[in-house]
Amino acid sequence: MAIRERLSGNEAVSVAIRQINPDVMPAFPITPSTEIPQYVSSYVADGLIDTEFVPVESEHSAMSAAVGACAAGARTVTATSSAGLALMWEVLHIASSDRLPIALALVNRALSGPININADHSDGMGARDCGWIQLYAEDNQEAYDNMVMAYRIAEHPDVLLPVMVCQDGFITSHAVQNIYLLENEAVKSFVGEYKPENYLLNAERPMAVGPYAVTNYYMEARRAMAEAMKNSAGVIQAVAKEYEGISGRSYGYFEEYMTKDADHVIVIMGSATGAAKDACDKLRAEGKKVGVLKIRVFRPFPAKELAEALKNVKTIAAMDRAESFSGNSGPMAAELKAALFDAKQYPDIVSMVYGLGGRDITVEDMESIYADLEAGNFESKGLPYRYINVRE
Amino acid sequence: MKGLTEIRWHGRGGQGAKTAALLLADVAFSMGAEVQGFPEYGPERMGAPITAYNRISDEPIRVHSNIYEPDYVVVVDETLLEDIDVTAGLSKDGAVIVNTAKDAEEIKPLLKGYEGRVCTIDARKVSMEALGMYFPNSPMLAAVIKVSGIMPEEKFMEEMQSSYEHKFASKPEVIKGNMKALELALVEVKG
Repeated sequence: MAIRERLSGNEAVSVAIRQINPDVMPAFPITPSTEIPQYVSSYVADGLIDTEFVPVESEHSAMSAAVGACAAGARTVTATSSAGLALMWEVLHIASSDRLPIALALVNRALSGPININADHSDGMGARDCGWIQLYAEDNQEAYDNMVMAYRIAEHPDVLLPVMVCQDGFITSHAVQNIYLLENEAVKSFVGEYKPENYLLNAERPMAVGPYAVTNYYMEARRAMAEAMKNSAGVIQAVAKEYEGISGRSYGYFEEYMTKDADHVIVIMGSATGAAKDACDKLRAEGKKVGVLKIRVFRPFPAKELAEALKNVKTIAAMDRAESFSGNSGPMAAELKAALFDAKQYPDIVSMVYGLGGRDITVEDMESIYADLEAGNFESKGLPYRYINVRE
Repeated sequence: MKGLTEIRWHGRGGQGAKTAALLLADVAFSMGAEVQGFPEYGPERMGAPITAYNRISDEPIRVHSNIYEPDYVVVVDETLLEDIDVTAGLSKDGAVIVNTAKDAEEIKPLLKGYEGRVCTIDARKVSMEALGMYFPNSPMLAAVIKVSGIMPEEKFMEEMQSSYEHKFASKPEVIKGNMKALELALVEVKG
């Protein structure tokens, strides 16, 4: 039986962690993710779980301890945001290249500077090339569901890569909203026991983790990682299918909302999707052929599937809550353009950067974006790459 | 309850406006509603103006933006009226509820021409009488329930009793005072 509850996004992820009862959680607090280690440490103190909670002195240490714990054979989780993820950067690569299925609850927040504590995807996008699977959530429900699914994906023998479960700082992490939770037992049996094939504390099979690789070996190791990332795509789908069986909620690489016959589509990730859906409903009622495509899985990037889903679309707003300073587009827009180019599809695509540092975006903003898409002529208006709601 | 009700709270850091918004979300949730309760985070300082929001609906809520056209506005600290246009975007069919010892007629000139209902409650008086200390959030919460009519008062009181029993499990002595604050506020709110 599903449990009707109301929880903030941070509480929702913490409840998932409690239900999973991982072996080790090293963490260092940073807004807006701080509540996650706070809740989990209170579960430990209250005896609800027997996770070894390790309060470390920095995020670099948090990820280092996570690498050590996971390599030893422990199911490991941590949480961070923004500058915390930036400080982990070196070790994020160690975790993925050592093929350690760590789960990281990332509560997306802007990077400095100017110093800002609010939501954007700069942190996650900055870590997109670290060899981690990345799942982005629209709300507390998806953050919870993604956390429950995380280990099944990461620990799969064909994958063995760490996973980031991302949600928007404050907008979902600190907003209390309705949610349906699974029973403790249902989560426990879905996630299962962690039985690594190779681990450091296995005296029967001594092994080295993270040794030096000369030129003659390094490239093969990276190629194997890339292959694992490709494998994860099928595993993500299979796990989602199984999860639908116990939760009734269906997940894919992305969610298509009214896209089937749409001429104009907003492609987006995270909490602003709801505003786009509401705008879409309004315009559909007026007979406009508009849709929303929300990307859930950013790593691996579902290029072929996106191209298929968008094959009849005329114009696209590719909306990034991050700037990558390429001078041409936001990071998601660039990958989407590459995906469609490979598929020999050439709709008009506008890269729109929005919501940096928590800047609000409303249903009305989304309606005006659809109006722009409908009006077309992006090139002549100098629009292929632009900002929403910014003073210039 | 029909459709969507949107509420905006104005307070100062440390006064409990965020807590009140979360309590309102809780109590509406327990009545079976779809809810959102969230604060708008800026620099976190005691005394700085803060805003918090509620959406309460019979349909799932997808929008996560701030609220610009609320049905109700709650002002936890009347000194904010000087600096902030609290009734910006407020529906004429809704109401603004101000924590003040003054009459609505004295408050109206500070509301920048708002034409709707202006309600007042002296939350300090209520809180001092019920709790012997100044915590405005319980009286303001009761005032919102009374003015908006989003749920029956008796049901609200029942839910709050169990909510306080849970929240103050380790200090049951404050439950009675908070319940009294709600009770008084339901009567004291004017307009």
